[in-house]
Amino acid sequence: MAKGPTPAELANIDYTPPQTEWMDTPTVIKTGTFCWGAKAKNLNIVEFPNARDWNPSEEDWKLPENWQEIFLKGMKDLLGKYRSFKVFMDICVRCGACADKCHFFIGSGDPKNMPVLRAELLRSVYRNDFTMAGKILGKLAGGRKLTLPVLKEIWYYLYQCTECRRCSLFCPYGIDTAEITMMGRELMNLLGLNTDWISGPVANCYMKGNHLGLEPHAIMNSIEGMIDDIETITGIRINPSFNRKGAEILFVTPSGDLFADPGTYTAMGYMMLFHELGLDYTWSTYASEGGNFGFFTSNEMAKRLNSKIYAEAKRLGVKYIIGGECGHMWRVLTQYMDTWNGPADFLEVPVSPITGTRFENAKSTKMIHVTEFTADLIKNNKLKLDPSRNNGLNVTYHDSCNTARGMGLLDEPRYIIKNVCNTFHEMPENTIREQTFCCGSGTGLNASENMELRMRGGLPRANAVKFVKEQYGVNTLANICAIDRATLSASMEYWVPGTRVTGVHELVANALIMKGEKERETDLRGDPLPGKEGN
Amino acid sequence: MKILLPFVAVIALVFLAYAGVGVAKLHFLFGVVLPYAAIAVFIFGFIYRMFIWGKSPVPFSIPTTAGQQKSFPWIKQNKLDNPSSTLGVIGRMALEVLLFRSLFRNTKTELRDGPVLSYGSEKFLWAAGLAFHWSFLIIFVRHFRFFMQDVPVVLQMIEGADSFFQVGAPLLYLTDVVLVAAVTFLVFRRLAMPLIKYISLPADYFPLFLILGIAITGILMRYVTKVHIVGVKELVMGLVSFSPVIPDGIGVIFYIHLFLVSTLLLYFPMSKLMHFGGVFLSPTRNMPANSREVRHVNPWNYPVHVHTYEEYENDFRDKMKKAGLPVEKE
Amino acid sequence: MSLHDLLSAKKSLILGRWLDEVLSTYPSDTTQFIRKTENRFANPVGHALTDTLEKVFDALLNDASPEEMTGLLDTVIRVRAVQDFTPSQAVAFVFTLKKAVRDELSKDPNTPLPHEELSGFEKRVDACALVSFDIFMKCKEKLYDIRANEMNKMTYRLLKRANMLCAEDDAAGPSGDVGVNIKQEEVTK
Repeated sequence: MAKGPTPAELANIDYTPPQTEWMDTPTVIKTGTFCWGAKAKNLNIVEFPNARDWNPSEEDWKLPENWQEIFLKGMKDLLGKYRSFKVFMDICVRCGACADKCHFFIGSGDPKNMPVLRAELLRSVYRNDFTMAGKILGKLAGGRKLTLPVLKEIWYYLYQCTECRRCSLFCPYGIDTAEITMMGRELMNLLGLNTDWISGPVANCYMKGNHLGLEPHAIMNSIEGMIDDIETITGIRINPSFNRKGAEILFVTPSGDLFADPGTYTAMGYMMLFHELGLDYTWSTYASEGGNFGFFTSNEMAKRLNSKIYAEAKRLGVKYIIGGECGHMWRVLTQYMDTWNGPADFLEVPVSPITGTRFENAKSTKMIHVTEFTADLIKNNKLKLDPSRNNGLNVTYHDSCNTARGMGLLDEPRYIIKNVCNTFHEMPENTIREQTFCCGSGTGLNASENMELRMRGGLPRANAVKFVKEQYGVNTLANICAIDRATLSASMEYWVPGTRVTGVHELVANALIMKGEKERETDLRGDPLPGKEGN
Repeated sequence: MKILLPFVAVIALVFLAYAGVGVAKLHFLFGVVLPYAAIAVFIFGFIYRMFIWGKSPVPFSIPTTAGQQKSFPWIKQNKLDNPSSTLGVIGRMALEVLLFRSLFRNTKTELRDGPVLSYGSEKFLWAAGLAFHWSFLIIFVRHFRFFMQDVPVVLQMIEGADSFFQVGAPLLYLTDVVLVAAVTFLVFRRLAMPLIKYISLPADYFPLFLILGIAITGILMRYVTKVHIVGVKELVMGLVSFSPVIPDGIGVIFYIHLFLVSTLLLYFPMSKLMHFGGVFLSPTRNMPANSREVRHVNPWNYPVHVHTYEEYENDFRDKMKKAGLPVEKE
Repeated sequence: MSLHDLLSAKKSLILGRWLDEVLSTYPSDTTQFIRKTENRFANPVGHALTDTLEKVFDALLNDASPEEMTGLLDTVIRVRAVQDFTPSQAVAFVFTLKKAVRDELSKDPNTPLPHEELSGFEKRVDACALVSFDIFMKCKEKLYDIRANEMNKMTYRLLKRANMLCAEDDAAGPSGDVGVNIKQEEVTK
């Protein structure tokens, strides 16, 4: 047997890296932390430049000859187009208020995951090539030449940021790392340096209308499956329509809700609610994606994908649009859609046909969030609810980054949950509402090859869930985001096993007493309702 | 190195002024030419930087919402942290600029092991930052007594409040103490906290050392090595009225002080100190969060290549018909 | 004085040394953050470390059951299994307790080391280390599980509609530990 190191020898290994400045500490690209490179065929579908198959873990990234020129020219272009980028490149004083606010830093301890340093990676290049001080003094002024290792380092850390904006909340100048990451990723896309997990869905969504690339009949087929399940549970056969002209409302939700577990239960929830109300609405197979992975590539791509929603609303002649539970979808709908593809003057200001409430806060975009719609219904006593059906669930609520810090949708979902569930406990104050922690897998980082990274990023959120689980026996994590529903399931499975991850409208549908329904024995997941376990 | 270099640079500046005035007798250069040049660079540099920033448009409405949105009358909107009106934005910016609202957020009560409620340590950064900026402002305003023939009442009131404790002769200004203490803390913080030390650049230490130098020379002048105060006022009034004079016997220390201030003014527009102007232009703070209510216009919005419904139907017409979906063209 | 009493008396000193040893496995910049930030929500890694090391130490002193020990070690190793550590690096911290104990006890020349008892204690530490390897492997296996399951969950409805799920696993549901098996021939078709 070969003599291995003794325990004492092992224990004496000093893992502390040499005390070098961050610019002199080379970045090693580690497995479990990055996503595979984009494939040429997907980039070609959406006409992105420098498409090629490449692998981040290989030495040769097959960059175009003049990659530096392309990068710097692109940077100049973006500095001229976005005041945010320009100001954020200049005014950081490195006070460090953001340092320990990032879930990736908290979970990994990697100093380059501090928001300030993540931004400095790009800022150092900016100083070197775009400021006078940097051009003259170079490194002394914090400048750094754009070399291949620098490019790789920037790429590596740009795809370790979920654009959650938690750091921007604490920054005294409102510097938003999400904005910097978006610019950085846009530059990377000029060089074909996208990831497979993002570029695949983008190509799918562009051609087929949704991230999974499901064709029209497959969408209907999946929804029919849900209808069967609903009938089994409630005895009611509902009959949604697709691509129907003349409907009052177009409903758009992330495609994850149509196929992915546990998002499908949320989708069943929407359909049961709309059926009970007799809502005149339609699904669309063309605009079958509320989410927008284009948003994680370039501004132009995001706009191209988003255009389908208004275009379809116009074609079908609906009055307004309701959007499902999703995170980044709502950042896009709130802060970008109208600017890109508006004005939506062919639509009307949303008015709830049930309560008559006029949604003045969405009078320009003409698109309301489904939790706004439902909260209004409950407030006006339009729903018959039996919260005791959710009695087996001890619920806490996770604010999605985007609806919290890009919108401010905080109390509507809470109001709904408190009306459809009897047990609800908040997580600690500095982990919820505007201070919410990311699931750790947003912005197209929800791949499987970077699972270690995702778990690190998910630790702060999971830690807070664990706390309420130990303190109050919480067993259910509600949220309003399709990516959360998928990724928090994984994160909970690793960190806090035994936690159910659910959409808010799944809870609503469980509690909803529908006209003519049979006595329900199970919840939407087929689990027996409280008191029905023996049957 | 990144700490030593800026420190040495500031010491060198002090010696430069000492040699220039004390030895080489270049009073006019240090007392008139450099201050004029510095002020000119500061004013034009500042405006230029703001202009350059302003030249880049704000294509999207991207406020960071830090509280409940405006939705229903029965849900209370957080009008300051998620403002939907101009008034709200003004309030938010005022809190941000005058009271450092975002930094203060760090001090929220926290649940520690126990469970015990306690306060976060980052309160120090907020407190030191606020103390530093406010005392700097008050000291700056106090200096106006040198720029005016008659000292206005407001100024006298500020001076009165600042020397509230009536200690020492001449009376000790509170802000002098606070400024030095706050700057020292900020330097110390950068050195003592490994994370902050790691991210700090020479450009972060230099202004701190420079301001410390300005404060120390100022304090020495007032309390220790007295300068010819009438002469100082004469010189300053000369600068203000564009008829510069160099009165005799002011004392070298004044010229060192003036030179460091001139350096600060020169350095200001090309450094991170421009955060003073930049904070007003930060789109995550200075925009109302009402983009669903009022359309934000992007000046460079351009048409893009989209995959139209027509193309989509062409791709899937047969499948759609088979599934019973309505189609535009048979 | 028995070893038990000695260790109990010097508990906080030994724990301090042990924590230092563990923290030295992180980059120096990180160490400060983990050590200094006390808020358990802002610093879950640090909280898991400080909280668990003490509990593990107590459990070692009091001959805790293997199950209890596994539960405690799990908290720390679960975190280290997703950080940038090799397997040996991830569990080496257990061994450092031996060094911490010996260093602390031999500081006082008047107290002779209770060698026999100490070697018994060290054996228990070694056992802990072995358990730690098991936990580390379980965590990694869990990650692979999650990886595999997630793909299936993502397209759960489709697979279900296409009848590509095995009947027996279908009943267990996609979130069960069994995992969802896709009939290979169906996929390749």
